[in-house]
Amino acid sequence: MAVDRRKFFTIAGLSTLVGLMGKEVLTVAAQSESKYLAAEKVLTAHRWAMTVDLTKCKQGDGCEKECIQACHDTHNVPAIENLKHEVKWIWTEPYEKAFPSQENEFNKEELIHKEVLVFCNHCDNPPCVRVCPTQATWKQEDGIVMMDWHRCIGCRYCIAACPYGSRSFNWVEPAARSEDGQILPDQPFLKKVNSAFPTRTRGVVEKCTFCDARLAKGLQPACVEACKQGALAFGDLDDPNSEIRALLKDRFSIRRKPGLGTQPQIYYLV
Amino acid sequence: MLENALQGGKEYWAWLFFLLCFIAIGFFCYLMQLSQGLGITGMSRDVTWGFYIAQFTFLVGVAASAVMVVLPYYLHNYKAFGKITILGEFLAISSVTMCLLFIIVDLGQPMRSINIILYPSPRSILFWDMVVLNGYLLLNVIISRVTLSAERKSVPPPKWIKPVIYLSIPWAVSIHTVTAFIYCGLGARPFWLTAILAPRFLASAFAAGPALLILLCLILRKITHFDPGKDPIQSLAKIVTYAMAANLFFVLMEVFTAFYSDMPEHTIHFRYLFVGIEGYNALVPWMWASEIIGVIALVLLLNPKTRIDESILAVACMGVFISLWVDKGLAMVVAGFVPSPLGAVTEYSPTVPELLISLGIYAIGMLLITTLYKIALTVRKEI
Repeated sequence: MAVDRRKFFTIAGLSTLVGLMGKEVLTVAAQSESKYLAAEKVLTAHRWAMTVDLTKCKQGDGCEKECIQACHDTHNVPAIENLKHEVKWIWTEPYEKAFPSQENEFNKEELIHKEVLVFCNHCDNPPCVRVCPTQATWKQEDGIVMMDWHRCIGCRYCIAACPYGSRSFNWVEPAARSEDGQILPDQPFLKKVNSAFPTRTRGVVEKCTFCDARLAKGLQPACVEACKQGALAFGDLDDPNSEIRALLKDRFSIRRKPGLGTQPQIYYLV
Repeated sequence: MLENALQGGKEYWAWLFFLLCFIAIGFFCYLMQLSQGLGITGMSRDVTWGFYIAQFTFLVGVAASAVMVVLPYYLHNYKAFGKITILGEFLAISSVTMCLLFIIVDLGQPMRSINIILYPSPRSILFWDMVVLNGYLLLNVIISRVTLSAERKSVPPPKWIKPVIYLSIPWAVSIHTVTAFIYCGLGARPFWLTAILAPRFLASAFAAGPALLILLCLILRKITHFDPGKDPIQSLAKIVTYAMAANLFFVLMEVFTAFYSDMPEHTIHFRYLFVGIEGYNALVPWMWASEIIGVIALVLLLNPKTRIDESILAVACMGVFISLWVDKGLAMVVAGFVPSPLGAVTEYSPTVPELLISLGIYAIGMLLITTLYKIALTVRKEI
């Protein structure tokens, strides 16, 4: 068979493509399955959920916001002053911003001026999971919406899809590193580094994980543990005897933007 | 055939060199973005998609518009488009290439982009967009290559290419429909949450794309021996007219629905675009300019006397293109993010490196168009 220049280029181009794709497939196939052992005291549930008691939560009223500090310290969340590049897992919003369409100007004084604690709602029907093109974010069997920071390609579709503004993108490098890849302490965005939790890299999306890593060690989420007012409760909604179920049975609760059908798993007791 | 792109006069090489300078500048800025992160762009926590994604959206439309010459020529046997069909297909190839590049430069971790293929996620519209865009690129490469090489040998194209061409027609519609679905399926963003987004995208695409094609034909007629003739230009002009009218109609339907229902979360984005909110009004002059230019262009197109005059037609086509570029390549994406779901009003404007990277990608697109058109016209000995 005579091969002219045109055919040669076609064949060369196609085989390069196949070769490149083949290499990727082989790399993936070569990753053997590894086995992990669960810790003994691991906390498990079918549907993790949290309640925020707005009558006990003193945000904006003398509270030192230990919950926010604890969360951001635990998870190496960089403190970036430029609001455009801010990364946050847990923060406060004025009541009317957190609950648009559930506000009215004659509400109780405490509610109107309330700074409401907001974080990822770990929706039962999460739109962020639906849109992610690489399955870098997904809903676990226990209801937690998780993130894989090593798979995320940084397309930010999940941020567009989240109705609660709960996701942050790393616009800049969150942690400075030395040349051999070690995280440098005492740098602009991370004053101290918790070595028990990974730091992120620029170009990926991150958010609250309901302290999945702490649950695996039998610990409550960092914010729940840190709150001095006892305003936060965390538990299994599927367990009829849980504290959280008792609270929800007893008290009137609201959720953020319920009309969107996302089924948020953070309940605000009013 | 490809060697034809490497033979040309002084002006040809000067133009290519000019484009290569912009590509080099864009590439340099992209290296800067790679090392410092997307923080060097104007995007922010609240406005997470900006100029890149808007250009991508606009150019998907330009790419899809090739169907406006392919369909009459192959499906209705409209012979007048015979000379310009290949130009439409090459325009599609260049536009899709730019689209893919704009997606890549928007990624925070571009080196991981292969993850879209390694972990296919059929529930994600972005996954399907990747499928239809690459498929459309492949279809147009195959079709233009096969038909042009048949033309070079003065033989009819092989029979098997016909079904491939027919497939490319609904495929063109699909690329812009799927691109609209990226936006209009999000409950979090009321501005995009409208069933008319896909039809509106198609209408504006079928106006902007053929308008650009008319301008390209007129330029080619000036600088080469290529002459598409009066008829195809006039037919394209009618397509632009109908599509632009449909687009304007769709926009007014959106405005009616938002303002008659008077639901704040729907009206506020329109308010931001046309009057500004809380004193933030960066896009207001752009939007009014876009609407006024669009209406003037439509009037010039609707009136047969001005449409037939090719110099006025050229002005009208430029008007259509600019008006729709502002609407889709600037405002549509950004307005979805302002205000944010938490009611925050953060304005967005692209930074210099962001614009230079975009300019570099446009230069790549123009380089592709130049060389591909050079090949097509050399094969037809019209240069």
